[in-house]
Amino acid sequence: MSEKPKLAVFKFASCDGCQLSLLDCEDELLAVADAVEIAYFLEARTEQIAGPYDIGLIEGSVTTAHDAERIKEIRQQCKFLVTIGACATSGGIQALKNWQDADEFVRSVYATPEYISTLGTSTAIADHVPVDFELRGCPINRQQLLELIASLLQGRRPSTPSYSVCIECKRRMTVCIAVARGVACLGPVTQAGCDALCPAFARECFGCFGPKETPNVISLTNHYQKQGVDCAHLTRLTRSFNANSPEFKEASDLLSGEQPSADTGDH
Amino acid sequence: MPANRTFQVKALSRVEGEGALYVKLDGDRVEHVELNIYEPPRFFESFLRGREIREVPDITARICGICPVAYQMTSCYALENALGVKVTPEIHALRRLLYCGEWIESHALHIHLLHAPDFLGFESGISMASEHGEAVERGLRLKKIGNQLLGLLGGRAIHPINVAVGGFYRAPNPRDLKALLPDLEWGLEASVEVLRMVSQFEFPDFEMPYDHVCLKHPQEYPMNHGRVVSSSGLDVPAAEYEEHFQELHCRQSTALHSMKVPEETTYLVGPLSRINHCFEQLSPTARREAEACGISFPSNNNFHSIVARAIEVIDAFEEAIELVRQYNGKLVQSRVDWEPRAGEGFHVTEAPRGLIFHRYRIGDDGLIAEAKIVPPTSQNQGQIEDDLRAFVPTVLSFDDADATRRCEHMIRNYDPCISCATHFLKVEFDRGEQPNDGSSLPRSR
Repeated sequence: MSEKPKLAVFKFASCDGCQLSLLDCEDELLAVADAVEIAYFLEARTEQIAGPYDIGLIEGSVTTAHDAERIKEIRQQCKFLVTIGACATSGGIQALKNWQDADEFVRSVYATPEYISTLGTSTAIADHVPVDFELRGCPINRQQLLELIASLLQGRRPSTPSYSVCIECKRRMTVCIAVARGVACLGPVTQAGCDALCPAFARECFGCFGPKETPNVISLTNHYQKQGVDCAHLTRLTRSFNANSPEFKEASDLLSGEQPSADTGDH
Repeated sequence: MPANRTFQVKALSRVEGEGALYVKLDGDRVEHVELNIYEPPRFFESFLRGREIREVPDITARICGICPVAYQMTSCYALENALGVKVTPEIHALRRLLYCGEWIESHALHIHLLHAPDFLGFESGISMASEHGEAVERGLRLKKIGNQLLGLLGGRAIHPINVAVGGFYRAPNPRDLKALLPDLEWGLEASVEVLRMVSQFEFPDFEMPYDHVCLKHPQEYPMNHGRVVSSSGLDVPAAEYEEHFQELHCRQSTALHSMKVPEETTYLVGPLSRINHCFEQLSPTARREAEACGISFPSNNNFHSIVARAIEVIDAFEEAIELVRQYNGKLVQSRVDWEPRAGEGFHVTEAPRGLIFHRYRIGDDGLIAEAKIVPPTSQNQGQIEDDLRAFVPTVLSFDDADATRRCEHMIRNYDPCISCATHFLKVEFDRGEQPNDGSSLPRSR
């Protein structure tokens, strides 16, 4: 087994939480390290084995000109490139700056802004290079990460759900907080994977796994507006950890422009 | 050895986030030391403006995946301070339990996977497992128990979703918590073994005249409350933090450096400072084992921080056991009600890596008008550089690679969390003409 597949973990703008998920596989970590060669993973090891790599896990979003170049080099080194988490997949919470004046942002945090070089945007990895698979979540679900690694070792496509959080909620038999309590919840349009955690803790889903396949976000926010939910609240709800994903962005832009929208209907 | 040597680490490993080290020598004199934090900035203080009060703990958690609870807790207390909300003793107890979970998880990770490999001569915890399998597996199990506590109280270990301004969205089920007691009891015994292991490590003889800064509370080991104290004699309420500590912005860093003012001196935050100031408040087992471990406190050798972390893990397990035993699930309310109102609030807590300060101003519209967050690593950054200036001359007899490795080890004493500090850290060793390029970095910098 000298030719174990090589796994590399790369970080861009992020909180480190998604790569930590690999170290959080406490029961499986040593087995994973046995099955694949963890060739490059700065947070966990000092030794760096040169590419090419069989699996590249990318955490974080692109926010600097340097990183926009670095991801291209990494893409060339990785056979199968996977974005892990909301930052890499949609731009993350830091994509909120896409709506604001970045210079003003820098000034408000740093006393000597001329030392900071940053792009005006935070963008998804897929905006820069082709991505082979994405793991959603802020943070990712480590079971999904293990499934990803196992499936690649077995030469099959990883199996992660594309349906909504609602399905998981029903499976848990959690009472629907949107229906029972009138709380604006993004569960109907958010991809499953968290096991419908927030509703189980009596609070709304805030979409940290990003939009599900073919969601109808605007129809859902229209519905909540008719129920009397404040438009500004809905703007903030759809503009958080996956603010820059196209479907959430479309909804929050429409909401913040406070334009009347045509209900496309099927909620 | 050439007269002008350079030591550099282009990408620090076994730390959270991205940083580099650069040290330039002129003969035996350290000409320049730079801990360069190049992790891209993320501007949390700006995002927070215009957000709802209740969203803040969900957002600030995302500053750091390793210590989200510290951010969430400090946000909650600071906002409660602004809103005039006082939480019940039951909620306070659950918050301490949540904090215990994070200290256990974060410290167990750092001790076993990030720092012990330096002392035992391995490049990672994973490779260390080949010879110290039992110790690594024990460490992973300890970490797992910390994460389980976080899961039961917070919904999940990374970015918990159950932390609210005023308390918790849902109180944990006492049955679930009590089911964890056997693991917590095992953890207490195992963490004593960990302390015995790490206190046998060989520590470089390296002392600095640290100004140790931490919270201090008369009864509790400092996690979520207390006065800010320093070895230089400061003893002030959290409200006065900003009068004594200020952030400065340096060219090589996307993190902000903190200084004690008006003297503009560096200071140390973290486990060593806490143990030094708050030995008396440690839990009985933690105190007894600390007294017997062979390292005497107060200590001014930050290589002892791994010992301090191990003591704190014992403390956290012992306190967690007590809190779980006392918990009966009969909370009057899991969350104290509040209404948005204009105001300003601040709070200081102890993150695993040290003191953390938050201040928020709420506008007339009930939304966040201003936020200020001072993470532990940005407070330590200046001290790390001071340490390097003093430490480098002690490693000059080693070759470049070895000297550089020793400097990296020294930096890990701080368990720097660069993602936090960027609201960001870089090591390079410059000995002049000789390029120190043994690594096959797959990326250019």
